[in-house]
Amino acid sequence: MFGLKADWSLEVFERYFTLGDYAGGEARWCPGCGDHGVLTAAQRVLRDEQLHPELTVAVSGIGCSSRMPHYLGTYGFHGLHGRALPLACGIKSRRPDLDVWVATGDGDCFSIGTAHWIHALRYNMDMTLMVFDNSIYGLTKAQTSPTSPIGFKTNTHPFGAIIAPLNPLTVTLGITNISFVAQTVDWNPPMLYETLKAAHRHKGTGFVRIIQRCPVYADSLAKELQGDPSRFLLLNHEKGIQIDKSASRQFPNQQEHDPSDLANAFKLAADTSRIPLGLLYWNPDAPCYEDLSSAGVEMTPHARLAGFNAALDRLTI
Amino acid sequence: MTTTKKETQVERETATASAVGRVAETVDEHIVEIVSDSGEGAQKAGQTFGTVCAKMGNGVWTVEIIPAEIQPPARSPAGASGIRIRLASNYVTNMGDEADVVVAFNEQVLYSRIANGAYKKGTAVLLEDKWRDDAVPEIREKYAKAVAEFKDNGLIVHELPIEKACLEITPNPRRGKNMFVLGMLCQIYSRDIGKARDEIATTFRRKGDKVIGMNQQLFDAGCRFAEEHIDFCYEVPPQAGQEEQKQRFIVTNGNTAVGLGVMASGMELVSMYPITPATSASHYLADAYHQVGGFVHQAEDEIAAIGFAIGSSYAGKTACTITSGPGLALKTEMVGLAVMAEIPLVIVVVQRGGPSTGLPTKVEQGDLLAALYGEPGDAPKVVIAAATIEECLHFVIMSRRLAEAFRTPVILLTDANLATGVQPFPRPEPTIDWLAPPIDQSEWDENIPPYNWDPETGLSPRPVPGMPGGEYILTGLAHTSESKVAYDSDSNQRGCNMRSRKFAALASTLKPPQVHGDPDGDLLVVGWGSTMGAIEEAIDRAQAQEHKVSSVHLRFLSPMEPGLKEIFRRFRKVMTVEINYSDDPQAPLINDDTRRYAQLAWLLRAHTLMDIDCWSAVFGAPLQPGMIYKVLLKRLTAMNEGVDS
Ligand SMILES: Cc1ncc(C[n+]2csc(CCOP(=O)(O)OP(=O)(O)O)c2C)c(N)n1
Ligand SMILES: [Mg+2]
Repeated sequence: MFGLKADWSLEVFERYFTLGDYAGGEARWCPGCGDHGVLTAAQRVLRDEQLHPELTVAVSGIGCSSRMPHYLGTYGFHGLHGRALPLACGIKSRRPDLDVWVATGDGDCFSIGTAHWIHALRYNMDMTLMVFDNSIYGLTKAQTSPTSPIGFKTNTHPFGAIIAPLNPLTVTLGITNISFVAQTVDWNPPMLYETLKAAHRHKGTGFVRIIQRCPVYADSLAKELQGDPSRFLLLNHEKGIQIDKSASRQFPNQQEHDPSDLANAFKLAADTSRIPLGLLYWNPDAPCYEDLSSAGVEMTPHARLAGFNAALDRLTI
Repeated sequence: MTTTKKETQVERETATASAVGRVAETVDEHIVEIVSDSGEGAQKAGQTFGTVCAKMGNGVWTVEIIPAEIQPPARSPAGASGIRIRLASNYVTNMGDEADVVVAFNEQVLYSRIANGAYKKGTAVLLEDKWRDDAVPEIREKYAKAVAEFKDNGLIVHELPIEKACLEITPNPRRGKNMFVLGMLCQIYSRDIGKARDEIATTFRRKGDKVIGMNQQLFDAGCRFAEEHIDFCYEVPPQAGQEEQKQRFIVTNGNTAVGLGVMASGMELVSMYPITPATSASHYLADAYHQVGGFVHQAEDEIAAIGFAIGSSYAGKTACTITSGPGLALKTEMVGLAVMAEIPLVIVVVQRGGPSTGLPTKVEQGDLLAALYGEPGDAPKVVIAAATIEECLHFVIMSRRLAEAFRTPVILLTDANLATGVQPFPRPEPTIDWLAPPIDQSEWDENIPPYNWDPETGLSPRPVPGMPGGEYILTGLAHTSESKVAYDSDSNQRGCNMRSRKFAALASTLKPPQVHGDPDGDLLVVGWGSTMGAIEEAIDRAQAQEHKVSSVHLRFLSPMEPGLKEIFRRFRKVMTVEINYSDDPQAPLINDDTRRYAQLAWLLRAHTLMDIDCWSAVFGAPLQPGMIYKVLLKRLTAMNEGVDS
């Protein structure tokens, strides 16, 4: 039943949001692009968690994946290449009431935005961080990305990428004060949904690396992975991501992993023969920077004025 | 010069030398320096002296002498560290010309000051004499040679056993000598001893009573020492009317003033990355900002710093970022984003010498064009410059108001001269409306687009996250009034028109700048930023010599204040005086085709289509009135000879 609020001059009915409330412009990604699935999963989480569109902000950098805010019905900030995280952190700093989602690509986050990736995770502000990792620069048409495998042919390395790729998981796990590190793939919608939901529910930065298909510039990479489920290792634990049968069926290699075990998380992340899926690390108690940066937000103008006069007193002759 | 020895005498309230039979000579103003190796506390002594002078009603300007290196070797010219204090019976706006009295802890540091033209014939040098008998022969030789040279150059050297006298009180005079010197100066300038002792107590309040007591003891000894060893004594009367005035004053440097401006403006967030000479503004805020509920975020780099500030502004909490030239360079792309997406933001740039790492601690006005035109594409914004330390405070408040009213980033330019200069100025009387109200979270009419540009003014109201119905996607891409990405010709042209028109609207609210001096004449000097005091002092001197010169000082650089052409037309010649690079017209290969102009001159030439000349220098030092005065005379002579008019 619709509840009638006492102060019905403000809001007569409790609002119920449908998927339509989270829909923005029509998505313009290529057919078959993994980004579509991420958008759908995120919209479902928004709906199921009944987040107020006016209190939700989707922040992104520049890239194909960074267009995501345009396709949402919330507030959005489509920023600069590599700089989604400082913008998102700034939004959260004095407005901890806002629900912040970040969409960033592998180039955006792991190359041009590297400094912010490291430091934003250290700040551990309460937000959901989705890295769309297609191992390629999509928007600018097929340049090598930090996660392109060695030998992979791109427009900047037509004879194949010449150095080994960066491992985003081991790097992330090495950052102080991380609190939630997960990995998933775009082509298993239930697992993607559960992972984003868990990242969102977590208080702190929910880092999710989404292995994502680019059918136009890196089709062979995803095909190879999709065709060989033995490459993956599904992580199970009561504290981990709750996986349904489809995922269990799709990824037969499974292992129990306690996400509070950082050493084991490292081991799993560093083992390049098996790609871990699920929650690698979780620490619900890591401090969040907005709890510090928002100090004083509630101060009244009168208290501020008194404080300012006290500061002037110290300098008065 | 002989030194008279006097008997020690009883405690007095004021160090008037007349009490011991010496009559204080009354002067309008004096310039005093304390120069030492770094770490000897000269700056603390000088700041305290300046504060005592301000409290006694004098006009005061103090400026730090900063060594060229971080850890310079002891007793080296490059290591000269210290402070200059100009005290006067009228309002002081700049560091002045040559010093009258200098206290030096060793003779070597004086060389760099001499090279800077800091002294004149007759400047009294109160020199620590312990080096004369140093165990190292080389030091003894250097000392003797320097003293002889100084005397030959007309300096009046008083060799004084300062350290020896301190040793009678403390085993470690390196740490206490500064307060001893403070005592000497307070004696020489007939300062109020009670005020000085109170000031010492305030300076060392965090160190406890024992330290305060020791420093006051050294101070007292310094007073007695000067009385015994120094045969001159001055009185610099307070500014007229100062005593009766009820107005209260605060004493700060320009960076603290910026910090106070941030607090007074109601901005709750400063997001910064450390860079000289801007950082001390954030140091001040880090210590005081919580009193008004604010927070200083030290970001991982300048890009993140401004990004964080922009995020906060977007979310309804207009923020500030404070930096210097190299930091501004890194922030450029973000400034462009704030322009494109019309995000209010305050960017304070405390300019230093450039390009590249340049002269980190020294003054330059080299970032004007970068502030105006640094970004790709057309990125109009507000650029203003503070001319005084007091304006550093009030212009931050103005910046926030302009940023929000015009939905724009505002760059406020100050510089190392303002940042390190210390001056008393009227205490601001803040009211509750200075501190912005809580952000508006009321419903937004869904039919009003996020950029509902008024076609006349380009202005539009701004939805803020939390407002139901206002949901929009901000983007740095070309966009329509709905904030929809649009690559078509009309949308791009319209967006550019609207973002530019705002500044014509702002300009229409500004008044023409005031001319200092007669409204017409032979030569008009145009300045901006920290040079105002020195320029106006030079103009006053030239006017006193019957020269028809005036000056005008610009606060708004974008948009420009109106009526400039009208003002300029009334003078035979117009020139800017600036601290940035320009080609000397007499230099090899320089002619009308090749000459590069100083930055304001460049701007004014484009703005007015008038043949505006310039004189500028990049000495890494503030301009001094005497220097500008000489330039004016030269230009006037050339004009009258018809060489260059
Ligand atoms: C400062 C700057 N440098 C370069 C670019 C060009 N650029 C835009 S997106 C991009 C790479 C995008 O790759 P990724 O982050 O992996 O996102 P994807 O398109 O693959 O989703 C580049 C190099 C830019 N917009 N800005
Ligand atoms: Mg990519």
